[in-house]
Amino acid sequence: MAEPFLALRKVSKHYAGVTALDKVDFDIQKGEIHCLAGENGSGKSTIIKIISETVKADPGSVIEIKGHAVHGNKAIDAINKGIQVIYQDPSLFPNLTVAENIALGGFVASHRKLINWKELRRGAEKAMARIDVRLPLDAIVREISIADQQLVAICRALTRDVELLIMDEPTASLTKKEVDSLLAVVTDMKSKGIATMFVSHKLNEILQIADRVSVIRDGKMVGTYPGSELNDEKLTILMTGKKVEYQRFVAGKNGNNPILECQWLSRRGEYKDINFKLFPGEILGITGLLGSGRTELALSLFGISQPDTGEILFNGKPVNIRSIQDAMRLGIAYVPEDRLTQGLVNNQSVGKNIIVTTLDSLVNRFKLLDQGKVTDSIQRWIKDLTIKIPSVESPVQTLSGGNQQRVVLAKWIATQPRVLILDGPTIGIDVAAKFDIHKIIRELAEKGIAIILISEEIPEVYNNCNRVLVMHKGCILGEYDTRQATQEDIQNHVNGAY
Amino acid sequence: MKKLLTRHETYVFLAIVVFSIIITSINPSFFTIENLFDLLKSYSLMGTFAIGMLFVLISGGIDISFTATATITGYVVAVLLLKYGEGLNILSVFLIAGGIGILLGLFNAVIIYFFKIPSIITTIATLNIYYGILTVVSKGKWLYGFPTWFGDFNNIRVFTLYTADGNPYGLSIITVIWFALILIGWFILRYTILGRSIYAMGGNPASAQRAGFNLLGLNLFVYSFMGLMAGIGSVIQALLVQTVAPNSLVGKEMDVIAAVVLGGASLTGGTGTMLGTILGVTLIAIMGNGLTLMHVSSLWYKVIIGFVILVSVGVSAYRSKRSTRKHIITEVN
Repeated sequence: MAEPFLALRKVSKHYAGVTALDKVDFDIQKGEIHCLAGENGSGKSTIIKIISETVKADPGSVIEIKGHAVHGNKAIDAINKGIQVIYQDPSLFPNLTVAENIALGGFVASHRKLINWKELRRGAEKAMARIDVRLPLDAIVREISIADQQLVAICRALTRDVELLIMDEPTASLTKKEVDSLLAVVTDMKSKGIATMFVSHKLNEILQIADRVSVIRDGKMVGTYPGSELNDEKLTILMTGKKVEYQRFVAGKNGNNPILECQWLSRRGEYKDINFKLFPGEILGITGLLGSGRTELALSLFGISQPDTGEILFNGKPVNIRSIQDAMRLGIAYVPEDRLTQGLVNNQSVGKNIIVTTLDSLVNRFKLLDQGKVTDSIQRWIKDLTIKIPSVESPVQTLSGGNQQRVVLAKWIATQPRVLILDGPTIGIDVAAKFDIHKIIRELAEKGIAIILISEEIPEVYNNCNRVLVMHKGCILGEYDTRQATQEDIQNHVNGAY
Repeated sequence: MKKLLTRHETYVFLAIVVFSIIITSINPSFFTIENLFDLLKSYSLMGTFAIGMLFVLISGGIDISFTATATITGYVVAVLLLKYGEGLNILSVFLIAGGIGILLGLFNAVIIYFFKIPSIITTIATLNIYYGILTVVSKGKWLYGFPTWFGDFNNIRVFTLYTADGNPYGLSIITVIWFALILIGWFILRYTILGRSIYAMGGNPASAQRAGFNLLGLNLFVYSFMGLMAGIGSVIQALLVQTVAPNSLVGKEMDVIAAVVLGGASLTGGTGTMLGTILGVTLIAIMGNGLTLMHVSSLWYKVIIGFVILVSVGVSAYRSKRSTRKHIITEVN
């Protein structure tokens, strides 16, 4: 094997007695596409920090770039050696144009005083031409899509001489189609000799183009494997260290009367002619890409927006859900897609977040909050949903994604809903925590709650739902019984729509 | 044409046109060159403050203390004029006022940057400190009776015209100073790395830091530039009224901030243009002047300004909401 571009030998890192990395060996060849996979907290981000020279490894660790040992400890040193990191939040200037975002950094780094707008535009065009992307130079970055923003970040990296591009969770907020074009760009960079290192815990798409995949667990390197030898399932086992049994969900039948029914529900520009029935004790999946109308439909069922035409029946009777209060009164609960901005009060404690939906039932006869009831309620949900926290006083923003999602679930289950709508309940949560959330959802269904599970991950709806609706451009394209259809049927239907 | 319609400045300009037509139809003496030159001179003060405020708002901060800064610089200059009047000239007066303004601005920047105190809190505090110290020292005394050269400078006109009954008027040197400052500010914002870095920092400070921008340097520049404008403004004020009163400027902060925001600068940072700021000041100026010419009680002035700001900020918020919505829909298709 040729001399690698980057090599880590016996690299360790301790933070105040905690081992973040333990004698990790790792290398990246020139022009290679390499994935670094691991759960949250496995040490992935420590590796990025060490490679990008924002933290120093423990003594005894050896880091070599093109065969030369490096001891730098400033980010700019790594940039000068051709290593650039694109963080999850692409660190752009939302108020400036595409051209400025790409080229301004280079002007600053070269200690120039004046701007030559023609030169700036040329620099931006050159960077875009290197990876054959075309973005409008004068568009304001705030107004372009997340996927395009990522391309801007890549182009910005390319204005410097880059030999290794590290991307931290690049696909987390992209749709399937956008991931595909990102992968095309990366493949193109590979042909120009630029190595890419993906760091992620959601790798199914990236596996297709990866030359090699390194798996890290609890600070130790598990191993490096050719991308072609892995699949999602194997990777999960390597990352978590345990084999997770993935059992399919089978709905218990709880009567033949639907709890919720939609008849010809339409809202202009969002969804059209929606018909479905939801039975108690079942999990109904709704899948479709971003903008298919899946979330918009859920918002109408929860009273946030009103349908223009059509009817919603609750327990057989027509209802008018005009506000969230109406929905809650009927017993409908909604766990939003973006838990951080819509589902939680971030700086408040876990306890306060859990009880916020049920304050009315926790009062004493003077209509004041009964601290005893409050504590009981909080303790019960923390135990029931096995939320792992140092204390009920911890602010929710300090929790991991999986635990945050449990807090949101607890908050809504506490209202004793009859219909629970979950929108993307496992986005950004690592594999092990995902299974736990799924388990909780199934247990709720077994208790007779009717659940709508909205997700763009087809395995998630396929394994957890007894029926799946596929939405596209606001319409329901088809309904699948998961006992009969295969996962590929659904996948093909979703893809075929494009 | 389409691009023109998406710009905030276009709407402010249209508002100016509409107001001008209304005022002129009620009192034709509004739309005369004489009144125009008069307005340009008397609003040079607000215009100068607005240039500094534009920089601060773009950087993502705000400065409430500039009127107190200007009060101090104006007072120091006035004391010096009364004491060594004949030994000074107009350039030295501007340099002294500007220098003190820069120092007071640097003090704001240091506190904001190193103690990470929000700029609005910091500058409310320094407003009180600066103004309080001055009130104690000056005992609220008005200063006047400046040397004649100081009064003469105020009357310099770049060219002079005469009204039908023989009164002279023309483009004042003070307006020229304001225009020069506008050009300098516009050049910095548009054609220097410094200016673009201020926009970048206002747009996303965390990204600016990661990209290797010198945030301390940018903050020092922005607040000292505001201080410089406050110092220059204080001399303009002294020239215009030939009196320095400790209580004449403090309390006018909001008018200046309103003018700049009216011109399209955002209080959250990252946006704003020199053209917009000029238009914002112009709109405030013709409304103030127009109300007088229409014989509306000046007590209504604040009410009307308040409504105009509400409408302006409301319209731009609505437009940005619509453009994000449109953006989402096009992405879906």
